[in-house]
Amino acid sequence: MEAAFFITILATAIRAGAPVIYAAVGEIFAERSGVLNLGVEGMMLVGAVSGFIMAVKTGNPWAGVLVAMLAGGLLSLIHAFLTITLHADQVVSGLALTIFGIGLSSFMGQNYVGVQGPQFSAVHIPFLTDLPVLGQILFSHDILVYLTFLLVPASAYFIHKTRPGLHLRAVGEDPATADVMGISVARTRYIYTFVGGVFAGLGGAALSLAYTPGWTEGMSGGRGWIAIALVIFAFWEPWRAMLGAYLFGGVQALQFNLQTIGITIPTYFLNMLPYLFTILVLVFATGERMRRHLGAPAALGIPYIRGER
Amino acid sequence: MSRSSFSSYRPPRLSLERRLTTPWWLSWVIPILSVALAMLVGAVIIASQGVNPWEAYRAMFEGAFGSGYGISETLVKAIPLMLAGLGVSVAFRMKLWNIGAEGQLWMGAWAAAGVGLFLYPAWNLPPWLAIFLMMLAAIVAGGLWGAIPGLLKGVLQVNEIITSLMLNYVAISWVLYFVDILWRDPGGLGFPNTAPLDKAIWLPKLTWIPLLPRGHRVHAGLLLAILAAVLLWFLLNRTKWGYEVRVIGENPDAARHAGMPIVRNIVLVMMLSGALAGLAGMAEMAGVAHRLQRGLSPNYGYTAILVAWLAKLNPFGVLLVAVLFGGLLVAGDQIQLTMNLPRSISDILQGLILFFVLGGEVFSRYRIRIR
Amino acid sequence: MGLVFVWRSSPFLVSCLPNPYQPQIDTHSLLNGTRMNAPSLQPSQIAVEMRDIVKRFPGVVANDHVTFLARRGEIHALLGENGAGKSTLMNILSGLYTPEEGKILINGREVIFHSPKDAIEAGVGMVHQHFRLVPTLTVVENVVLGLDDPKFRLNLENAKAQIRALSEQYGLKIDPDAFIWQLSVGEQQRVEIIKALYRGAQILILDEPTAVLTPQETEELFKTLRSMAEKGHTLIFISHKLDEVMAIADRVTVLRQGRVVATVNIEEVTKEKLAEMMVGRPVIFRIDKPTIVPGKEVLRVENLHVRNDKGLPALNGISFIVREHEIVGIAGVSGNGQAELAEALYGLRPIEEGRLYLYGREITHASTRDIIREGVAQIPEDRHKEGSLGNMSLSENLIMKNYRRKPVARGPLIDWHYVRQFARDLVKRFNIMAPSIQTKARLLSGGNLQKLILARELSSDPGLIIAMHPTQGLDVGATEAVRKQLIEERNKGAGILLISEDLDEVMQLSDRILVIYEGEIMGEVPADKADRNEIGLMMAGQRLSANHEQHTVNSVQ
Repeated sequence: MEAAFFITILATAIRAGAPVIYAAVGEIFAERSGVLNLGVEGMMLVGAVSGFIMAVKTGNPWAGVLVAMLAGGLLSLIHAFLTITLHADQVVSGLALTIFGIGLSSFMGQNYVGVQGPQFSAVHIPFLTDLPVLGQILFSHDILVYLTFLLVPASAYFIHKTRPGLHLRAVGEDPATADVMGISVARTRYIYTFVGGVFAGLGGAALSLAYTPGWTEGMSGGRGWIAIALVIFAFWEPWRAMLGAYLFGGVQALQFNLQTIGITIPTYFLNMLPYLFTILVLVFATGERMRRHLGAPAALGIPYIRGER
Repeated sequence: MSRSSFSSYRPPRLSLERRLTTPWWLSWVIPILSVALAMLVGAVIIASQGVNPWEAYRAMFEGAFGSGYGISETLVKAIPLMLAGLGVSVAFRMKLWNIGAEGQLWMGAWAAAGVGLFLYPAWNLPPWLAIFLMMLAAIVAGGLWGAIPGLLKGVLQVNEIITSLMLNYVAISWVLYFVDILWRDPGGLGFPNTAPLDKAIWLPKLTWIPLLPRGHRVHAGLLLAILAAVLLWFLLNRTKWGYEVRVIGENPDAARHAGMPIVRNIVLVMMLSGALAGLAGMAEMAGVAHRLQRGLSPNYGYTAILVAWLAKLNPFGVLLVAVLFGGLLVAGDQIQLTMNLPRSISDILQGLILFFVLGGEVFSRYRIRIR
Repeated sequence: MGLVFVWRSSPFLVSCLPNPYQPQIDTHSLLNGTRMNAPSLQPSQIAVEMRDIVKRFPGVVANDHVTFLARRGEIHALLGENGAGKSTLMNILSGLYTPEEGKILINGREVIFHSPKDAIEAGVGMVHQHFRLVPTLTVVENVVLGLDDPKFRLNLENAKAQIRALSEQYGLKIDPDAFIWQLSVGEQQRVEIIKALYRGAQILILDEPTAVLTPQETEELFKTLRSMAEKGHTLIFISHKLDEVMAIADRVTVLRQGRVVATVNIEEVTKEKLAEMMVGRPVIFRIDKPTIVPGKEVLRVENLHVRNDKGLPALNGISFIVREHEIVGIAGVSGNGQAELAEALYGLRPIEEGRLYLYGREITHASTRDIIREGVAQIPEDRHKEGSLGNMSLSENLIMKNYRRKPVARGPLIDWHYVRQFARDLVKRFNIMAPSIQTKARLLSGGNLQKLILARELSSDPGLIIAMHPTQGLDVGATEAVRKQLIEERNKGAGILLISEDLDEVMQLSDRILVIYEGEIMGEVPADKADRNEIGLMMAGQRLSANHEQHTVNSVQ
């Protein structure tokens, strides 16, 4: 029983973590370029609903994924325009995006609450899925979960080992220098803010098409905010964001499975767990960051205007 | 060679130049134009529902401001927005992004309900004292709830945006546990709410306001909000502490060099911010719902963030903008009833207004140059 | 063809352009004869030609029809006060700004720069005063930044080899794999030069490159520059330091208030003449400072240990005293613990070990608030970041240090009526130029902002003044005013700790000079016996006792 319980917990953690990984990795790209986008929650919701609607209409979940990515990306462009072109305050603009996204998603999804739609189901991978224990934990999932296994290493490689990644880091750390070196700060920030939106939208689709198929209002339940917290926890590194997302997923898995092993806590308190856990993780990560003097991208949240330092 | 040839080889470029001063009329024209543009985009969304946007806007305006009843309902919705908005505005003054007004509001309502439902009958308190204690309980509960992210920020430098927001979910779960289980009204016909407060300890209705229809729901919370705005203005502009808060908000490094206690003020400001939001919860609970219930706050705490920011953190501005946003909420209900439009239209409009005002800001801070 | 200015002779231009054949500004007519002797230029010798450049910023014309010319293989100094338009002109040449009018020719070909990238492609590189290096990246990553040579995958072996070759060729020692934040300022400057050379820069602009160097490092830099000039590079050297210009430049162009005063060969001018051209009036290089016997001890620092923001030791056991009627100068290259020292003395940084005494009373762990109350004033390093409230009024800025006390405070309230009076008095007394006391501080010029800070800090008659770079970035007039004010405070009895990277300033103002290096005091010399070389060696880490003998040998040679 013990082993089965742990396998369930771990497998659920990985499933529950996937949508958050997308959103967090997306936000890492945006923040690495110096743009703090607090609109992740809104973009996830709009991604979730638009992806679901598209999937219902076409019967094809992949069409839903594409539309969700596009929707998230388009929303992020509002933030990009306001903060990069018009130098608006990034915090306020991100909050506006979240409020707008919540309203827009509920507006779009008014006729889709409770509707059955297509969904991604678990994909059996020959050999890997059949591995004992490991197969159940890692390879008993849907395709959107497997994609995170590729996305995280690819993102880490991109940021640290490629030229565009170098430029991305330079723009977020020191836009004035990047500008002098001929890198377009505005273009770079637009691109990665958009990338952040695309992944947030994809994270939303991973909710409405795979993890908890269907549409309910506010279904992301704060995962967008948790993703932002995980970015801080992760010191802006995709691998650590993945670890954080799995920790979060683990807490969720516990929340669902504690009853099965006979521990009864009112659901109200179980519901608090992910949020309390996020605060805790943030406190420890901040402490570690201070000790190790790891900084956020130095230009994070600061608009860049040539000639003003 | 002629001078004109110089312009021919350079493509025209848009650039922003910081204004040294902003002409006074711009600070009026720009927000008005921004809101108008937001309404224009909103019109497109409304039209997508097959409703004539002009009709819808007229219905919204009439619903919110077109009748005595509409105005009274607008004021009712404005009261929690005023109090919570004032709370958010103090925190924003010090560049503390308190996104936790919603949770602080719920905790305030919860504490006040506890006093009203249990302490009041148990100790046989006089009603005026019970109301006073309810306010106090809300202030303390909201203040302490706000102090958590404040302490984490001040002492450990943990990002207050995330912590204050996470605490919203925790607070709501906490309160719902009481609403659904511990304090649930057994005679409530299965509805998830507590028993009603004794009528004697409801916040009194302001029946003396002229022009409002009989039986309106505007309660003494309005006076609380106005009083809070005046006190807040006085605190910020006339006291040493308010001066410190403004200096820290403007330039924390300079404040440090002037020996101002930053950590202490972060915690104090977050407590004050939470206390005002808590008071908003008490006012809503004791003035409108008269019990603790699910759906007590239709996201007042989040809307308050917009209110505070659009009011440029000015306490009296907060009162004014809160009325406008209260109107927007009433209008949202109105068009849902009469035009069969989803209520989320008013959320979308809130977001749009914020986008356009944010975007419009640039024109008051910068001069656009084309060359 | 002689000098190129003959290309146009509109009467309007005669008044503002340097014309070698006509006197353009009366006070400098003495120079015209000398410039007639300048060797005539072949067009092929001209590397840079900027004609009639106009660049405006809100409220100022930074470059007003400036014409500038530099030859191949020369070191050309661009001299002028702060705000004369030197940096603006060179930012235009390096593609950072686009001029409103005028044209640029590189090697005789007209070019239009829309971005620094265009300039780099045309062979123009610039070493900015504030280095344009990303601290969290390595040397090689910084060098290849913005290029598109390794297209996608970052394979840096090639680049590293090239960097090593360049550093060999020009004597610029550097480890390509080091992170920028690990490097000293001098090393970072080398990275900047390598970065430009790596991009094939033939024309290299250096914006006040010596401001952050020790005299010895400066000498090394000059050697590098000379060898580059010999290899055919054109070097444009922005400076406001006359000695340096005299030492390194072949020719010099002087700017004043956005206009060119003249371009001259260096052999044909003297330091004094250059100074006059730069300022527009004769300058006095000495400040009057009466000899006063120092009084009681004000500040005593004993064995002070402090860590920096990264948690590394910044001060390793510093001890000194400051007495009444005394200015104690702390000389040193920036980043050797000066900022941490100022913060520790002001209660802004925890003290690990050691003790501080003010008038004999211990203040080691006192709060900033208590230290202010005890009469310690501070002129902070960064006027904007630490010293003022940009969006608040002058009067709100002026009460930052005394808002807690009567008469500004009345109980928990602030007496704004009194504050207005107080602010008006200070504005008058310190001659702050501002429309009203309600004016926002960010609208003040640098000099006026510094006056505002001085007014605030000196209004309480402090016993100790900690002044950090008090004249940084100010024009000559404001610099003079600030220095006079400090001397006056000293004469009145205050003890002053002057922390400055400007060795000239330290030598002019101080009564005693301490030299700081890596958080330790290398030695102390009385100002009247101070020797630049000696101080320079200490700034580079040689202790006074250790090098004293060697120094005397050197001076005998």
